[in-house]
Amino acid sequence: MSEAKPVYLDNNATTQVAVPVLEAMLPFISEYYGNPSSIHGFGAPVAAALEKAREQVQQFLGAEHSTEIVFTSCATEASNTAILSALEAYPDRKEIITSTVEHPATLDLCKQLERKGYTVHWIGVNNKGRLDMLAFQEALSERVAVISLMWANNETGSLFPIRGLAEQAKEYDVLFHCDAVQVAGKMPIQLSGSGIDMLSISGHKFHGPKGVGALYLRRGLKYRPLFRGGHQERGRRAGTENVAGIVGLGKAAELAQQAIEQDTARIRLLRDRLEMGLLARVPFSVVTGNPQQRVPNTSNVAFEYVEGESILLMLNQYGIAASSGSACTSGSLEPSHVMKAMDVPYTAAHGAIRFSLSRYTTDEDIDRVLEVLPEIISRLRLMSPYWDAAKGEPKEQQFQPQYA
Amino acid sequence: MWNYSEKVKEHFFSPRNAKPVEQANATGDVGSIACGDALSLTLKVNPSNETIEDAGFQTFGCGSAIASSSALTEMIIGRTLDEALKLTNQDIADYLDGLPPEKMHCSVMGMEALHAAIADYRGEELEDDHEEGELICKCFAIDDVMIKKVVQQNGLSSLEDVIHYTKAGGACATCHEKIEWVLSECLQESAKAPELVSELPAVDPDQPLSIVAKVRLVEQALEKIRPQLQADGGDVQLNDIDDDMVFVTLTGACSGCGFSHATLAMIEDAVSKVLGQAVTVYPTALGSSAAASEQEAS
Repeated sequence: MSEAKPVYLDNNATTQVAVPVLEAMLPFISEYYGNPSSIHGFGAPVAAALEKAREQVQQFLGAEHSTEIVFTSCATEASNTAILSALEAYPDRKEIITSTVEHPATLDLCKQLERKGYTVHWIGVNNKGRLDMLAFQEALSERVAVISLMWANNETGSLFPIRGLAEQAKEYDVLFHCDAVQVAGKMPIQLSGSGIDMLSISGHKFHGPKGVGALYLRRGLKYRPLFRGGHQERGRRAGTENVAGIVGLGKAAELAQQAIEQDTARIRLLRDRLEMGLLARVPFSVVTGNPQQRVPNTSNVAFEYVEGESILLMLNQYGIAASSGSACTSGSLEPSHVMKAMDVPYTAAHGAIRFSLSRYTTDEDIDRVLEVLPEIISRLRLMSPYWDAAKGEPKEQQFQPQYA
Repeated sequence: MWNYSEKVKEHFFSPRNAKPVEQANATGDVGSIACGDALSLTLKVNPSNETIEDAGFQTFGCGSAIASSSALTEMIIGRTLDEALKLTNQDIADYLDGLPPEKMHCSVMGMEALHAAIADYRGEELEDDHEEGELICKCFAIDDVMIKKVVQQNGLSSLEDVIHYTKAGGACATCHEKIEWVLSECLQESAKAPELVSELPAVDPDQPLSIVAKVRLVEQALEKIRPQLQADGGDVQLNDIDDDMVFVTLTGACSGCGFSHATLAMIEDAVSKVLGQAVTVYPTALGSSAAASEQEAS
């Protein structure tokens, strides 16, 4: 680790808890330990704190009623709950629509449901990460119980046109769930008046604590809970509430709402400077995803002929944290399903690095990456069998290993 | 996330012999870009005594792939081809003070490159036994293609069978659900295949077995496990049976293997099954038995 201040550009993985969030949470770990379901004086202030957080999240999401917000342990729970609820509420509908680039919270659940006999329409994307709208329309029918799509992709930041898609779902009375984890805190969300029926968010992606998420359930929606037990969350999510976490989520939502107005332009500028700087300094590098339609904090750049984990290890030497769609970081062998879905060539997909900024990212952070990363890529390319070190470009005759 | 030894980090940040060897007379290009690993190993072999005078690598891959390549070149320079061929991927991993289980395939790639380069030097054809599929068991790097092949060839029908035959799922157990999916796929495909008759006699739990019968049953169980151990250059030998204790010796590559606890667990499972009682399998040194070790202790 270098002596310089660490540079954290992995905010799509998780974010630093904001100081006011921590301060809001602490009393609910110490003095206010009552159970919000209790009738006595210990429970009352805790129950009030939950309702305040619910209103903060309602404001943040632009929901009509605070009761439309259900707190969960994370967005994975929220997404699983939403999809399974729709299937249980509409037992005659045996089909699901989702995309090939979803987060595992949706992807793996849908794969499992497929094994159980449900028909899953896997809507693909083009090489820019745009949803195949024709396939989406063709998959729509009265046989579909639920559509689950992400608003912004976690790896590339590319956006799906969620509002329009949700409107189309209405024609067939299909429930629409949106995984908004990577949009919350980065762009304004206005749920009232939209066609979105259910929506999942996670606290730790916008400077809240880990272990808490929320599920928006439009009022009047047919719903079946995943957890059975107590009457918490109006019977929609049994289990004693993670009070401190929920209070933190509420505070983080309030802060993020202000920050979106104040910081978005600055974050976008920093992101663009980083991206253009890298493309200018490193030959054979490309932006993956859809640069025109994406969240302002994310840039995913593929450095051809080198492998992502090696890049991350070397960046880490300089105190820079980013992430990769590379297989090797996750212990699997294949490159990320998102890169595969976009048909990014293997030589580039393995070298894709995701930089995700936050409101705490500074100009100096960006300078530091621009200073060290080009050198790292050069060093690794010198070692790469795909690279012609003498000419400083890819080998003319592409390297063809055995077993390839 | 990166649980790399200091040695791995050192070889990654300061790799040795990261260059194509000039005037190389042997090249081994292995790996698969789809899997994110590719290695080109070049050697300069002295034809008079078949000694590797120089070795260099170029690797596309993660930290441990580069470190394994670097370690390999250090290990083989100065050795004869026959000496080099005796190296195993475990030797590479040991040289680096171990690799995380998910990264053991990096050391395997080093081995493959070495074998390919030596075959190239000797003008031999290298048999391509590489199969690419979805990685199921990360501990032992076993993919669905391999599992399907073994299931079909041996008519396996249970998770336990797959663990015994392929080692997949034999260590951390997190892939058991996935193995069952692969298995059910296979069973659906071969729905009409003739039903398997158990080769093992049914054991009546109320009827105590004679020691001779016990030995025979245990030997039969070991015989079923043996091929996969031998495939990895190891073997197992039965030493003694004492009530619910079974003493075995792991030999060859199995002795001292980091996964020997998993191997023993697998043997224990298989032996318990054939004997119809829960037994404990103890590893012993070659030739010793329960009685002998007791004597040594006293």
